[in-house]
Amino acid sequence: MSPAVFQLASISAKFNYWIYIILMMIGLFAMIAKNNLIKKLIGMTIFQTAIILFYVSIGVKEGATIPIIEYETLKEYNSQKTGYGAKPDIEPQDYDNPLPHVLMLTAIVVGVSTLGLALAIAQRVFDQFGSLEEDEILEELTHPKPAKEPANG
Amino acid sequence: MAEHAPVLIVLSPLLGAILVMLTVRLGSVAAWVIALVATATSASAAIATLGRVLQAPEGVIRYQLGGWAPPMGIEYRVDAINSLVTIAIAIVGFLSILYTRSCATIETPSKQPQFYALLLLLMAGLSGVTLTNDAFNLYVLIEICSLTSYGLIAMGTRRAVLASFNYVIIGTIGASFYLLGVGYLYIKTGSLNMEDIRGMIAANETLAASATIEVAFVLMMLGVWMKMALFPLHGWLPNAYAYSPTGTSAFMAPMVTKVMVYVMVRVMLGVFGVDYVFGSNWANVASVLATIAIVAGSVFALSRRDIRRMLGYLIVAEVGYMVGGAWTATQAGMTGAIYHILSDAAMTFCLFLAVGIIIHRTGRHRLDAFDGLFQKMPLTMTLFVIGGLSMIGLPPTCGFISKWYLVQGGIEAGQWHFVVALLISSLVNAILFFRIFERAFFRDIEFESLETHHDPEKAATVLKKVPLSMFIAAAIAAASLFVIGIFNHNLTTWIRAALVNLNL
Repeated sequence: MSPAVFQLASISAKFNYWIYIILMMIGLFAMIAKNNLIKKLIGMTIFQTAIILFYVSIGVKEGATIPIIEYETLKEYNSQKTGYGAKPDIEPQDYDNPLPHVLMLTAIVVGVSTLGLALAIAQRVFDQFGSLEEDEILEELTHPKPAKEPANG
Repeated sequence: MAEHAPVLIVLSPLLGAILVMLTVRLGSVAAWVIALVATATSASAAIATLGRVLQAPEGVIRYQLGGWAPPMGIEYRVDAINSLVTIAIAIVGFLSILYTRSCATIETPSKQPQFYALLLLLMAGLSGVTLTNDAFNLYVLIEICSLTSYGLIAMGTRRAVLASFNYVIIGTIGASFYLLGVGYLYIKTGSLNMEDIRGMIAANETLAASATIEVAFVLMMLGVWMKMALFPLHGWLPNAYAYSPTGTSAFMAPMVTKVMVYVMVRVMLGVFGVDYVFGSNWANVASVLATIAIVAGSVFALSRRDIRRMLGYLIVAEVGYMVGGAWTATQAGMTGAIYHILSDAAMTFCLFLAVGIIIHRTGRHRLDAFDGLFQKMPLTMTLFVIGGLSMIGLPPTCGFISKWYLVQGGIEAGQWHFVVALLISSLVNAILFFRIFERAFFRDIEFESLETHHDPEKAATVLKKVPLSMFIAAAIAAASLFVIGIFNHNLTTWIRAALVNLNL
């Protein structure tokens, strides 16, 4: 295999990690470089979602299934459980690692509450400054307009 | 009961916050009393825990949440260092709630119960961050701290909302970096328990040399540095503390950054282990960054005219002290850094409380608020002077002792840039504070500007006299500077013993 093909193969084998990196960079760029506060928040969500993708990828194993033992299998397992060595049917490598996924449930909750709070704050920014564009807000801060009517009546 | 003390430190403010929100209808006094009781419970649990830690055989107690054994369950690991930090959190929390009563009625009149509930949640988060021995649990608790502090800051004036928004963005990046770092650690070790991870890294050289662990380390450090506002990542801090309500900045300024410094120490010593951390190439980077932070923070502080912004930049410099001390890789430097967590919490607390009183009394927030204040409010100015002298580092106060240990650590490690930066920063602090003392002693009060600055109706409600609760809180904070300074021998002995236990 030529080096280029090898590189390509290793990229495609781990494509979800590459996607996570790309998504994370898109999110980071939006958070830092965008002028509009809502776009910044969209960037923040993309950023957090990228991390969730990363964690979910950690837990996956090749050829494994969801970490739930079927009832039939369990019954069989219990009936076979005569000695220590006799558990042929339930192998850890047949099941995905559930822990990272469970962690991500918490991280999703955290992400949603951060987004909700951030949107509420963005709304208050809009009430205060009449704009969601960062440069207009800074302009308003340095040179306040003399008699400004409230933004939404 | 006594064996449940560690979890009570976290639970009592958490339950207090819920209780406050359930009893919103009873009005703000009820909320205030509940908050005081909850923080007092937390403080007594923290003190009881310290007593038990000092008697425990190895100086460590473990508490298994829900009785689940680690590494599967979440565990609290309490040693002398983090029980001291939790005591600081609980006492600062108690005093700032005591203090906040009178200014919250003016600043956030309709939202007082909510304010106390958020403050209590923030306390619960901070003490949880300090106690937990689980890397992922730490992330969740960091986010609890962040979410509550975003809300607390946004309760402030017009610009506070914008400051809070910027903090949301930076804080989220920081916490997410930490979370990513935990993920990389988990890939390699398959564990989330800090001591479990440390054992694996210490036992396995190929693991310690792997790039994944290094990436995890860098990501976690970056995340924590953002949260603690280490110099190039400090952008959110000064505005957030300058425009937030008085009670918010009085609690957040002393505790939030300091607890994050403790988290850094915990990640360094507790997760990666001394050998890994100080054997890596990053020790020099961190120490140089800390030096830059000290110098830059001091210089920025010198050029500010707004009192609370100035104090904010001083905090940026102080964060540099602690990071630099921790990265000297010596026992003296680390002791200094941890001792400085306590003493800097007390100093900033004292200063912010005194400044809060002054801003409320004069209605001004720039340096000219100090003009002639010694005639008008001598007691409050005395407290401010004590805080300032401790910041400069005068002997009987704790500021001197921590600088002593930090400089000693810097000399032992041969990090002269850090030592020089510490001395420069002390000089700058001297200029900074004596400039203010000079105003307060020798200038005359401009009564005219005082009258015209706010409308007379507001002036009537705004404190004509300093409320007793505010003054008591500030006085206790000032007294604690001497207490921490005089009992430095006990404190540093306990800290050293705990550090030896962590192989430093």
